[in-house]
Amino acid sequence: MTKEKIKQIVLDIIAEIAPDEELTDVKPEVRLRDQLDLDSMDFLDIVMELRKQHGIDVPEAEYRELESLDSCANYLLPKFEAAAAA
Amino acid sequence: MHPQRVVITGVGLTCPLGNDLPTFRNALLAGKSGVVKFPVRNMGEQAAGVSEFEKTKYQNRKEIRVGTRAGGIGIFCAHEALENAGLDLKDIDPSRIGVYLGITEHGNVETETEVCQLVDHYDEDVKYWTHHHNPRTVANNPAGEITVNLGLTGPHYTIGAACAAGNAGIIQGVQMLRLGECDQALAGGVSESIRAFGIFAGFKSQGALAAHDDPTQASRPFDTDRNGIVVSEGGCIYVLERLEDALLRNATIIAEILGYRINSDGTDYVLPNPERQEECIRQALTNAELDPSEVDLVSTHATSTPQGDEQECKAVRNVFGEDSSTLINNTKSFIGHSMGAAGAIELAGNLPSFEDGVAHATINLDNLDPNCHLPGLVINQPQEKKGGVNVILNNSFGMLGINSVLLLKKFKG
Repeated sequence: MTKEKIKQIVLDIIAEIAPDEELTDVKPEVRLRDQLDLDSMDFLDIVMELRKQHGIDVPEAEYRELESLDSCANYLLPKFEAAAAA
Repeated sequence: MHPQRVVITGVGLTCPLGNDLPTFRNALLAGKSGVVKFPVRNMGEQAAGVSEFEKTKYQNRKEIRVGTRAGGIGIFCAHEALENAGLDLKDIDPSRIGVYLGITEHGNVETETEVCQLVDHYDEDVKYWTHHHNPRTVANNPAGEITVNLGLTGPHYTIGAACAAGNAGIIQGVQMLRLGECDQALAGGVSESIRAFGIFAGFKSQGALAAHDDPTQASRPFDTDRNGIVVSEGGCIYVLERLEDALLRNATIIAEILGYRINSDGTDYVLPNPERQEECIRQALTNAELDPSEVDLVSTHATSTPQGDEQECKAVRNVFGEDSSTLINNTKSFIGHSMGAAGAIELAGNLPSFEDGVAHATINLDNLDPNCHLPGLVINQPQEKKGGVNVILNNSFGMLGINSVLLLKKFKG
């Protein structure tokens, strides 16, 4: 697993959750909410899809780690690696 | 003192025979069935009425994903009704619009889907249960989704009235206009019931689910071979206004609501009670200050069940006697039973008769059950009403013994 792959996984989930959004120019360092029409319920959907599709659990206290694609990649990489090793 | 007069100034609908009233009406006059075979979870293909409307016409894809089918149906119908009424939300106060939708049930579809996913894929672990469950299944959902989509800030709620709900939604709208709670009422009914296997399975266990090799012949009220209900989806919402307001803005007036009545059997969970149905019809006539002989067209509720049809016919016969000048028809024979939307959709199908003087038929009636004999029954072919259609009586009955009757009149000023 790489950080780039994780960013794509998150983008694929966002494409399902917010199908009206244009995702080709999402800036990885910018907060997702500042460049896309996403609300708190959408972030709950992202958390749920990570759980359903990839077996990744994100505790509520750590939701803020998902604020940008870069932070998603940094935060989720060890979780994906742990899941792969399990 | 007479209550304020309330009129219909707009109609928006989606049903198995079309997404606008002219299309629906033409199909009814052509004797065309809208029932098809439809895959139902755990039950294979069943006869059902499916509404095929353009989902993204008034909602973006995210709204569709987050919301419910019933909400989507309601949003489509509400937009169409407002447009049909010539109302532009930019010109009216959104806090003065009330939304009153009849529902037979709500939440079955969403709950079933979530439970099945949990059982089939997630070992019943509730951490996979969606956070959308509660906003999707609260009973006000279909009406609430309309207010969210349109930015309406007046009152909204649904009226749970089993299969009498379509009429009940309209009646609620009339009452709220008369109380001054709103200036425009978006009122009617919606149903997404075909997407819940429990509805079909419940009727089947009850011995009340239609079965026929040809789905177009499955819904056959009053026929000796009728064997149950064809479940359908759809919606119909009316714009209701006080007459004085409608006249003030030169609105096209489609019909005037003359009177209504809702009563209860007080006898059984499922079995209808013809005495209370008759009483409901008579009380609605009294409320509208009409004699039965003044009714030109009766839109029956009959759902194609052996007992229910017979009971309604008994009630209608007792009121209208052997007078064949009152024409009687049935719309479920074309589209099946659209549950909470049924009363509103069936009324819509009949409203154009105020203009063309023709009653559409009840179809699939090959052998009339003698117990369903009604002198004015319009069988298989549309019939012109001598002197035109000036008054329509719309029956809609439901489980737990709820009966509703609505009376409408051609508007003449």
